[in-house]
Amino acid sequence: MSEHEYVPKSKAGKWLNDRLPLLTLGAHLTDYPTPKNLNYWWTFGGILTFCLLTQIVTGIVLAMHYVAHADLAFASVEHIMRDVNYGWLIRYIHSNGASMFFLAVYIHIFRSLFYGSYKSPREVIWIIGLMIYLLMMAAAFMGYVLPWGQMSFWGATVITNLFSAIPLVGDSITTWLWGAYSVDNPTLNRFFSLHYLIPFLILGLVVLHIWALHVPGNNNPVGIDIKKPSKDTVPFHPYITIKDAFALLVFMIIFAGFVFFTPNVLGHSDNYIPANPLVTPAHIVPEWYLLPFYAILRSVPDKLGGVILMFSAIFILFVLPWLDTSKVRSAVFRPIYRQFFWILVIDVLMLGYVGAMPAEGVYLVLARVGTIYYFLHFIVVMPVVGYLEKTDPIPMSISEPVMSGGAEPSIARKVNDKV
Amino acid sequence: MTKSKLGLSVLSLLLLISFKPLQSAEMVDPIKVDWSFKGLTGTFDRASLQRGFQVYKEVCASCHSMQYLSYRNLGEPGGPEFSEQEVKAIAASFEIEDGPDAQGEMFTRPGKPSDKFKSPYPNVQAATAANGGAYPPDMSVLVKARKGGANYIYSVLVGYEDPPPGVKLDDGVYYNKYMAGNKIKMPNNLMDGLVEYADGTESTVDQMAKDVTTFLAWAAEPELEERHKTGVKVIIYLVLLTLLVYLSMKKIWSRIDTEV
Repeated sequence: MSEHEYVPKSKAGKWLNDRLPLLTLGAHLTDYPTPKNLNYWWTFGGILTFCLLTQIVTGIVLAMHYVAHADLAFASVEHIMRDVNYGWLIRYIHSNGASMFFLAVYIHIFRSLFYGSYKSPREVIWIIGLMIYLLMMAAAFMGYVLPWGQMSFWGATVITNLFSAIPLVGDSITTWLWGAYSVDNPTLNRFFSLHYLIPFLILGLVVLHIWALHVPGNNNPVGIDIKKPSKDTVPFHPYITIKDAFALLVFMIIFAGFVFFTPNVLGHSDNYIPANPLVTPAHIVPEWYLLPFYAILRSVPDKLGGVILMFSAIFILFVLPWLDTSKVRSAVFRPIYRQFFWILVIDVLMLGYVGAMPAEGVYLVLARVGTIYYFLHFIVVMPVVGYLEKTDPIPMSISEPVMSGGAEPSIARKVNDKV
Repeated sequence: MTKSKLGLSVLSLLLLISFKPLQSAEMVDPIKVDWSFKGLTGTFDRASLQRGFQVYKEVCASCHSMQYLSYRNLGEPGGPEFSEQEVKAIAASFEIEDGPDAQGEMFTRPGKPSDKFKSPYPNVQAATAANGGAYPPDMSVLVKARKGGANYIYSVLVGYEDPPPGVKLDDGVYYNKYMAGNKIKMPNNLMDGLVEYADGTESTVDQMAKDVTTFLAWAAEPELEERHKTGVKVIIYLVLLTLLVYLSMKKIWSRIDTEV
């Protein structure tokens, strides 16, 4: 935050600012001192904001034409695709936008894991981020149900049935969630309602996420605390805004590639078959971004066990800041942890792959190995490696020589280039 | 920067590979056809669409509905592009049920371009009952609803064979090389010379299968041509804007000692 108080130049500005300090907020956001060595992995926060707003704007338009009724939903989606002006474009942006949103959020999360952005003093930012991620999954799942295709219906059936695994009250809870004795019209109606609500909850949490970020300021690739403002920082505008804009545009090119040239490649063809409660698809698979968790769920032969493990896979992330015992934030200076980080990335990708495959034979074995490793990484690897690892020398500041060892005054510079 | 960019593309690629779709064991891969609507700038072959509509109307439509299409779509840009008169004539050749009138009675009238395609059966149950217990699926989005898309639909249409020895088929079940499970309840309806094409094209089974598949591909994605055209423009615009923003970024960051 700026040292000096912002004083508006105009009289009207001063009048408003004395009553509601909006201009002070604007000045704070503009001047916000940002580490100058942030690399492109740091541009995904802005990209995610764009994704959220895109989903909200396209979603509001879609909701003007969509009909949340079991008999009419599928037809109303076709109406959007065929009769609404640019309805196909709006819907394809929305459906592919969900995938792009998750692509960006996974990169954002793994960036945080690599550079230790979840560690003190940024635990609250991390936890709010995870809450956003949870809500994103809920919103995406319910959104996928709305076209009322085969995968919508059966995906909803599989996921809501998970709650029936809860002892004693499971069946009652499931019936309560459905609003019926199976996934049916009441389910579709409430999913639509919640699907419309959740993005605004996310928006609120995003404000808190950014607010919490602006207290300690950004982490950076070197992972050290920096003086703010100093020669290690640049004002957010224009330096970060222009860089975020550039990264966002590159992202938009990829996004547009999907929307205009392969709009259905990320979806499942079965979802163009209207929902039929009497015909179960050969393989029920969730959207790609939920596949790793689906693999964890199916790796356990017991339903309740699978459900517990799947939710644990997400909730374990909430205590990550306290599982990580290393005093060094950035994996750039953690030679051992760095390798485990990449093993985790491969592990999650593998879980995603087997999540799309039938739960049998070698896939089941891989899913189990992957699941065990996933938990080992957080419960064992992170505390133990953090405790035992000999980290590399850390620079004193982004642009100054290293603190210990001292042999390589250029290391900070090298780090800068490397990451 | 190059490194992080490379890493980014590798990561996105891996994410995409990680959800490779499922494949059932019995299926033979569909025949790969070099469709004119493939690729970034693909468009539909207008003549093929019109012939395909003829095949649909004379062969498929007796069992399959296409309830999400309207007759007016046949005249819209990017589709078969029949003339206004032709579309009116096509629509008028169907008797459409309308009503209720002022007396509360349903009545029929000749179709209008704004009417939806007339379905052969009043409901799914009637269609199922009339077809040996197998519902002939609505064909509006069929190409999008099948893995393999147009290639798969074409392959099934030309994939009828005598069953291999040892495979017993029930009455009303046919053997098809490309159908999942190889058993299909739709008989082989295409035979050489079945329809008389208005444009004089020889109506071989292969020709009809290609034409009707093209028609179905358009029916499933009537926006395809506009989508491709707009997409090229959007990408060119974004690339140019990215370039400008990149240069601006370089300029702005040149004020400080850090590379961007």
